[in-house]
Amino acid sequence: MYMGPHSCATMRAVPRWIWPFVTGAVLLVAWWIPYDRGAFPQGTVPSQGAVAEAFYAEISSGRLIDDTIASLFRVAWGYVLAVVAAVPLGLVIGRSPAAAAALMPWVNFFRNMSPIAWVPFAVVWFGIGDPPAIFIIFMATFFQIVLATAAAAGSVPKIYYRVAEDLGERGHNVLFRVTLPAIMPQLVTALRVAIGVAWMVDVAAEMIAVRSGLGFLIIDARNGLRMDLVVCGMITIGAIGIGLDAAFARLARIPSVRWGFER
Amino acid sequence: MTDRDDASPMLRLTGVGFDYGEIRVIDGLDLEVARGELVVCVGPSGCGKSTLLSLLGGHLHPTRGRVVRNGQSRTIYQDGGLFPWLTVAENIARGLPRETAPAAVATKVREWLGITRLAEFAGHYPHQLSGGMRQRVEIARALAGETDLLLMDEPFSALDYQTRNRMRRELVATLAERPRTVVFVTHDIEEAAQLGDRVIVLGARPARVVRTLALPAARPRTPASPGVADAEHAIMEELGLT
Repeated sequence: MYMGPHSCATMRAVPRWIWPFVTGAVLLVAWWIPYDRGAFPQGTVPSQGAVAEAFYAEISSGRLIDDTIASLFRVAWGYVLAVVAAVPLGLVIGRSPAAAAALMPWVNFFRNMSPIAWVPFAVVWFGIGDPPAIFIIFMATFFQIVLATAAAAGSVPKIYYRVAEDLGERGHNVLFRVTLPAIMPQLVTALRVAIGVAWMVDVAAEMIAVRSGLGFLIIDARNGLRMDLVVCGMITIGAIGIGLDAAFARLARIPSVRWGFER
Repeated sequence: MTDRDDASPMLRLTGVGFDYGEIRVIDGLDLEVARGELVVCVGPSGCGKSTLLSLLGGHLHPTRGRVVRNGQSRTIYQDGGLFPWLTVAENIARGLPRETAPAAVATKVREWLGITRLAEFAGHYPHQLSGGMRQRVEIARALAGETDLLLMDEPFSALDYQTRNRMRRELVATLAERPRTVVFVTHDIEEAAQLGDRVIVLGARPARVVRTLALPAARPRTPASPGVADAEHAIMEELGLT
């Protein structure tokens, strides 16, 4: 529905940071009204008060903090290992047609496989605890980052390499002084997408292979029919997801990276 | 093959040919460029002018014949040759030899920022500059490294008329202070006649030199300078534009 120029002017006049709170309030109302009128069957949707009490109890007991730390620990390990392994491989594939021909079909093969398909192997190989979750996060992000890095490295304009050759850059200097900085904007975007994937997959992995973390909190709460705790876990996951995304979005503001976002 | 010897001239091409697959782009091209000479190369669109520059710069190797280059070359492109992740000052510093001491780098960069009137833009990135400013940075980077040979591939063609004229004057002034051998490719006949010590006209593909025009040495030149109008007319005649 077209709301006219005056409505647009009003929206522009309101500070942008207010809008998420406005839409959040609308969501709360959309939750509260049907709950208050008894539209949901008993025990299927918690009240907002119950969720707030669950939050208070979980924070007071320290369990929510412990679970959050456990989840972030696994994501950090799985993600960092994936980045460290995937970026060099992506650079090789992006710069070498022979490596691309040999490896890209397999990168695509594994990239399209749901990370949950690795759960049986993760449990058989690593048992229960942090390692299987880290392994699943690694498998979920590694191939995504390889593909993004390879695509970025393969599309660096030839002119940069010609200029670098003129300027006497040779061997690994070309990699570190031309290829890597040239792909940085695309790499930052890929890393930002991958951290979101890692966070999502971690929650799924914790529902299966570990006994701590936010994923376990949710599945444990479901088993105890504590839907208030389930929502508490979901809100925490979403909030941390926003925080991680915001942190990675800041990478795009680094001056030597920002050029890729300002054309 | 591309070789190097220490004798003059700066460039010597003997029977050079280059094929892109089945397409014969350059054939039987002979050319000598003396040290300190500014040779302008004109020709019809798609005749292989940029390919010729790539051969001169060693970025391509001839399919036939021989290219002898006696010195380091740097190519200045129409646009996009600057590293977008580096500031103006950092781009110019990249033009200096890697073994240059940091203090000397800073001095040289300051000097070239002054010459190109970009001192206040030292910390800017290429995407924050106008087309003319970017070209000045490219020229500064190419000249800062004491390069022997400048290869310029239609460097001013993306600029508006006024900026293009100003850039020509600035190039002439910079070369007067710091002489270099230059091979300058353009499709702008006026530019060719005003800049070159010598203009070589390439024929349609496969390219070879169909005419060479020597111009009076005095620069800067205007359309009214002696010999310029005659040179323009001769080039146009050779390109079938009259």
